[in-house]
Amino acid sequence: MNLHEYQAKQLFAEYGLPVSIGYACETPAEAVAAADKIGGDEWVVKAQVHAGGRGKAGGVKLVKNKDEIKSFAEHLLGKNLVTYQTDKNGQPVGKILVESCTDIDQELYLGAVIDRSSRRIVFMASTEGGVEIEKVAEETPELILKATIDPLVGAQPYQGRELAFKLGLNSDQVKQFTKIFLGLAKIFEDCDLALLEINPLVITSEGNLHCLDAKVNIDGNALYRQPKIKEMHDPTQDDEREVQAAVWDLNYVALEGNIGCLVNGAGLAMGTMDIVKLYGGEPANFLDVGGGATKERVSEAFKIILSDGNVKAVLVNIFGGIVRCDLIAEGVIGAVEEVGVEVPVVVRLEGNNAELGIKALAESGLNIIVATSLNDAAEQVVKASGGE
Amino acid sequence: MSILLDKDTKVICQGFTGSQGTYHSEQAIEYGTLMVGGVTPGKGGQVHLDLPVFNTVADAVAETVAEASVIYVPAPFCKDSILEAVEAGIKLIVCITEGIPTLDILEVKIACDREGVSLIGPNCPGIITPGESKIGIMPGHIHLPGKVGIVSRSGTLTYEAVKQTTDAGFGQSTCIGIGGDPIPGSSFIDILSLLEKDEQTEAIVMIGEIGGTAEEEAAAFIKDHVSKPVVSYIAGVTAPAGKRMGHAGAIISGGKGTADEKFAALNDAGVTTARSLADIGDGLRKAAGW
Repeated sequence: MNLHEYQAKQLFAEYGLPVSIGYACETPAEAVAAADKIGGDEWVVKAQVHAGGRGKAGGVKLVKNKDEIKSFAEHLLGKNLVTYQTDKNGQPVGKILVESCTDIDQELYLGAVIDRSSRRIVFMASTEGGVEIEKVAEETPELILKATIDPLVGAQPYQGRELAFKLGLNSDQVKQFTKIFLGLAKIFEDCDLALLEINPLVITSEGNLHCLDAKVNIDGNALYRQPKIKEMHDPTQDDEREVQAAVWDLNYVALEGNIGCLVNGAGLAMGTMDIVKLYGGEPANFLDVGGGATKERVSEAFKIILSDGNVKAVLVNIFGGIVRCDLIAEGVIGAVEEVGVEVPVVVRLEGNNAELGIKALAESGLNIIVATSLNDAAEQVVKASGGE
Repeated sequence: MSILLDKDTKVICQGFTGSQGTYHSEQAIEYGTLMVGGVTPGKGGQVHLDLPVFNTVADAVAETVAEASVIYVPAPFCKDSILEAVEAGIKLIVCITEGIPTLDILEVKIACDREGVSLIGPNCPGIITPGESKIGIMPGHIHLPGKVGIVSRSGTLTYEAVKQTTDAGFGQSTCIGIGGDPIPGSSFIDILSLLEKDEQTEAIVMIGEIGGTAEEEAAAFIKDHVSKPVVSYIAGVTAPAGKRMGHAGAIISGGKGTADEKFAALNDAGVTTARSLADIGDGLRKAAGW
């Protein structure tokens, strides 16, 4: 789960880390009032969306008077912001963050992830802040400094000092950096983070360290024990169909193609998309109905798949390990009848009671094509979708 | 021979009297698994599925000399259950449960490594040595005792590979689902090194998916340490970046962890790769000369 920048900064502030004074606003009037509260004669206004690349996409602006704030707020709020990290529709801007302005002397990078290879929380710091860190890692990996946290003892001050000295900071800044480093490590563990990024962590013209941006991702598996963070979830940033799918415990991800896929198991769902592609088709979605595929859930899955107007054919691929294929077949028949599926449906059933399921589908009299194998299924569905 | 599990392995179940624990223990007993009891705190002294129920893993081990445990307890309690099993001297822990916080697994993994415990999972189908014993939720009837070792991050993809090797008559030595989480208890490398040493295993199928670099690390290991033919399939060529594809660990982040990178690393290591999941059986024919 992602937090907005303003939420991440609230969290940072609670842990005593240096962030700008700012207010999240939902209307232009609120934005102007926020600037009055902050004071001064320069402010930064930032669109709050779950995507990077906001600056380049016109979602961030330095403003010098109230009229500018008002017009920029009117321009952003209620619109969708398209960045290189969003899809072509972009992400809705429901809130903007109005912040005090910071004079920047130097931009650093500080982030942390759970490193899958070493099975540790790893901090990364770099003098190359303000740019895409992936690019730095690719082109000049020697400029990324690392510190690995031992899960048993946690982050230690010496690790912060080591990073700070290597970044070339002065003695006062080393102290500030170590405090930020230890604070972030505490947030990471207290709040079950999966990823944390401050890009840039700036040195102000007064020589102080300051968290100018904040990106936080929380381990979705841990939300049951993070009620306060769960509350911060902003559903407007999620794909509507993915939200609807989650209600039914279905895993759905929208793609750009025209062949709907309904599969049991995450790995098999990906494998099914891939085989559709190998046969010259384009998958419209990833959908895992999971192990407990009931008639109701298969029906809901069909509804979600067909809510995508691009879908020209649907491939149902079930390997009945625990689930019984005859029950799945019943679900498919029920769904095709109830939902009124008008596109061709290709079904491949394998495993538990597959023969019974296939027989039921064949005798249903509906527009259902029964495939004899995985390859046959892929070939049939691509043909049915109008491809070659 | 096989790896980790055979017909003489004594198995207990944590979360024994719950619905999942009950259903899958019944299935395991029917398959031939040597189930010797189960643990449900507060129900010690009862009998369930004709087997004794214990309050603690320590009690179960003292009474039954169990060596392996399968865990079906809900995610918030898994860290506790795994650590309890480690402390009680269990040497093979299979955790089926999905949804365990990653930070819990980081700590649990340290305890397992310290005590020399093999942790399979979490978020996995389990382990089966066909014809002898199964621990987990996989359908036993699709398996056939034989010569292919299978290791996989995905449950249903494992079943596809099993079916293809059964249909071809090759059969399986041991099949292990290491699970779909970012930090699995056992890695591909842990299992590959066991399969390489196992006499019954003549060839290996490794099924990976997008996310992380476990397949790349396995490729490097195979190049230097695995003499047996390896066939590999990677799911998620068509998966978009930045989207979690069902499994917690199946996500391309920061441009890393794509299927194409993994295929390339495996090809470089001399592994036979299958671009279609329907071609795993054919890949084995080619790689092993069968």
